[in-house]
Amino acid sequence: MTIAVVRFPGSNCDDDARHAFEFVLGAPVRYVWHRDVSLGRVDAVVLPGGFSFGDYLRGGALAALSPVMEAVRSFAAAGGPVLGICNGWQILTEAGLLPGQLARNPSLHFLCQDVHLRVERDDLMFTRRFHKGQVLRLPIAHNEGRFYVDDGTLQQLEDEGRVVFRYVDEAGRQTPEANVNGSLHAIGGVVNERGNVLGMMPHPERAVEPLLGSVDGAELLRGMLEHLHERAPSA
Amino acid sequence: MSASLRDSAATFGLTEAEFDDVVERLGREPNTLEAGVFGALWSEHCGYKNSRPLLKRLPTTGPQVLQGPGENAGVVDIGDGWAVAFKMESHNHPSAVEPVQGAATGVGGILRDIFAMGARPVAVLDSLRFGELTEARNRYLLAGVVHGISLYGNAIGVPTVGGEIAFDPCYQENPLVNVMALGYLRHDELKRGTVGAVGNSLIYVGSKTGRDGLGGAVFASADLSTASDADRPAVQVGDPFMEKLLLEACLEAYARGLVAGVQDMGAAGLSSSVAEMAHRAGLGVDLDLAKVPRREEGMTALEVMLSESQERMLLTATPGRERELLQLLERWELDAHAIGVVRDHGRLRLFEGQRLLGDLPVAALNEPPSYTRVGAEAEETVALRKRSVEVPETSDPAGALLKLLESPTIASKEPVFRQYDHQVMTNTAVLPGRGDAAVLRVKGSHRGVAATVDCNARYVRAEPRLGAAHAVAEAARNLTCVGATPLGVTDNLNFGNPYLPEVYYQLEQAVEGLKEACLALGTPVTGGNVSLYNQYRSEDGYHAIDPTPTVGMVGVLPDVSRRADMALKRDGDVLLLVGDPAGTLGASEMLSRLHGVEAGAPPPLDLEREAAVQGVVRSLIQEGLCDTAHDVSEGGLAVALAEMAIAGGRALDLSLPGAPGTRDDAVLFGEGAARIVLALRGAGELARAEALCAEATVPCHRLGTAAGEEVRMRTVRGAFAVPLTALRAAYHRPLADALR
Repeated sequence: MTIAVVRFPGSNCDDDARHAFEFVLGAPVRYVWHRDVSLGRVDAVVLPGGFSFGDYLRGGALAALSPVMEAVRSFAAAGGPVLGICNGWQILTEAGLLPGQLARNPSLHFLCQDVHLRVERDDLMFTRRFHKGQVLRLPIAHNEGRFYVDDGTLQQLEDEGRVVFRYVDEAGRQTPEANVNGSLHAIGGVVNERGNVLGMMPHPERAVEPLLGSVDGAELLRGMLEHLHERAPSA
Repeated sequence: MSASLRDSAATFGLTEAEFDDVVERLGREPNTLEAGVFGALWSEHCGYKNSRPLLKRLPTTGPQVLQGPGENAGVVDIGDGWAVAFKMESHNHPSAVEPVQGAATGVGGILRDIFAMGARPVAVLDSLRFGELTEARNRYLLAGVVHGISLYGNAIGVPTVGGEIAFDPCYQENPLVNVMALGYLRHDELKRGTVGAVGNSLIYVGSKTGRDGLGGAVFASADLSTASDADRPAVQVGDPFMEKLLLEACLEAYARGLVAGVQDMGAAGLSSSVAEMAHRAGLGVDLDLAKVPRREEGMTALEVMLSESQERMLLTATPGRERELLQLLERWELDAHAIGVVRDHGRLRLFEGQRLLGDLPVAALNEPPSYTRVGAEAEETVALRKRSVEVPETSDPAGALLKLLESPTIASKEPVFRQYDHQVMTNTAVLPGRGDAAVLRVKGSHRGVAATVDCNARYVRAEPRLGAAHAVAEAARNLTCVGATPLGVTDNLNFGNPYLPEVYYQLEQAVEGLKEACLALGTPVTGGNVSLYNQYRSEDGYHAIDPTPTVGMVGVLPDVSRRADMALKRDGDVLLLVGDPAGTLGASEMLSRLHGVEAGAPPPLDLEREAAVQGVVRSLIQEGLCDTAHDVSEGGLAVALAEMAIAGGRALDLSLPGAPGTRDDAVLFGEGAARIVLALRGAGELARAEALCAEATVPCHRLGTAAGEEVRMRTVRGAFAVPLTALRAAYHRPLADALR
């Protein structure tokens, strides 16, 4: 089994994702450069966090045009698991693989802190090791994490149960303070219709060992790997 | 014409005597290009004219030192074949004029110094100084500097893991921005700034050269004035995206063996990097300026040589692999060109195509004159020390504690570090604000690395030698409190104009203090930076900053799982004070904040006692017997205890020991060295701690336990209690308000 971590110029959580998969969870990682037109034989794709192309036009806007994104699009269309973290989620929205947009935090400040995140559904490969309503603790680190989408799409996302994570307080309640980046409906993660493409602002790869303060992220990644093992038990 | 060039020596940053010195060493009159290059390299910023003889007094050797001063950064051994490269540098003058870009390029510059050593940068810390937050301009400077650090560090993906911020009116016009960075490398990956051997090719890589930052080194070597805003073009603009590419490309090129030497282009740009790299090899270079990529048309040769455009490196290609190196750099989408060839003539010859424009002796460029001055202590400093510290004892210790927690220097810096990505790279084991020093793990090893930056400039102002020694002692104490063994120092000496006898006195005395403490605590100085002329000229005279010799220190944790931070973790833990029960009031935060009095000498410093106290605490943490420790610094014991309670979200029930004839406020808020509070979880741990103290003949005192909802402190004469929520509110408010 191989996990592709796509590196764009300016990606900076690529090595953290590799560390989490390879050294913590034992799943080999292959780096794929943004100019590559093929992903090669891989079982899942991670678009890591960072500042692809310096975030110079708009977070993810230039990376969405990189040659590799055609391959990512085909991989996703074939049902392959795709996880976009932070800047990776921004790239997925810019590429049209997920709806909405990540706008500037209302404080106009970069925010680096732990947040509490409520799991809204537990039937996805990403959340299968959690239970619905479980509160996770994961770090965020972003300038532009305020999820925004038009009213119709927002309703559709809610109706179709495509909101995977919401910012809540420690007890799992939605409060204005807990919604640190002012996202619509406190949304911190969204999945596509088919359930194989997840975009999320918090960083699961930063919460994979006790030394880092939380292991909730490792459970998310482990869920993906379990799913892949079941799908291809011989691999 | 030559006569008029001497007349305009000052425009090159040279005195007339220095100009004559140039003529003598050159054997003729320099032309404009040559005079300009000399001026930049002989500037205070590059040439350390006034500080070099003093810096030579500092201890620089030790078995752990793999690279001492003289390279882009110092390197110390941390065991298991791993090493840490670290260095601190100031960006004070640029930040005063344009805080966002001034601070951002400060981060960019120091990171280049780290990866120029072959290390991967893993952390940034900042030591910042501003005037009081009551003034809008200082809030603007604070917000701008924090934004600058955040935009650069976050984007390049190196975590900002710690630092300190202090506020004092003396920094009103001269804020200080000292940035420290560290990186990891294997011993055999160490790179140096050298041109290597004759015939080697020099490769320019990174941003194109523009007129930005022209004369920055000279700008940083003069007093600021009301006219300084006109110097804004001397401030560069940072591009962290470009630097990220540069960083990854360089590390990949090293790993493939394509690079024989490397240096960043920092102050004085191409001039200093070529001259220094050639000098270290004892060789010369022929440089073709026509090959330097430019972003503007019509630049003169001197402008190309002095430009401080950011994100540029100079690489010496490994012989025979120049093509491969250029291809690799191109793949990273970087502009790279061979611009020079190493020669044995010991000259820096500047060509434009075939035309020779300048011919400079490399040795002379690197050996500027140095000045030893005679310092004299200012009378007002003597008077300050003698001034009485007798103030009426407070009748409201609870109110006094809250007021001290609200002092911006003491208050929580969380609203600041929340803007920094402090977790990227997934190494951060003690988060900012949680411990006295940052702790990072080393992936692939059990070891950890700790880092801190410290200076209490109020102490240095009152008594420079003692105050500077305090800075070293406190830095070592902070490393100790997370469980690290201190290894080495990088210092950033921020002072006023050294031509003033009272400033030179401060500088000389501070160096002596650093030397004494570094020797006593076994922490050699492996590099650093000197920032002089931090003073402001107005109609009513000169206003110099308080002497601020910032100390950056790194240490090693043999086992990163055995570490400590300041947060109380369990109700019932016993609080133990290791060190003296009471502090002194001279030069304290209490006198200044509560009474508006600046008076007295700093606390005495017994370096043997300091080493003994630190030894006890380090043993306990490294034996795995203690996970909670905090040093007593500004604001004294009561503030230290309140900080432990706030960090852990747990209250305290304590009886503080007195001493005969000691005022309650000296027990609560008095300051002193060699004092550390521990929280210990059981009788065994407590017994071991007390036994270690007895062995080291260090006093210790049980203070009480972690418990309840209120922080209660009984002293010999009274008692008070403050709800934890009130402490937390006071502690968090000031910086949050200032940055809103």
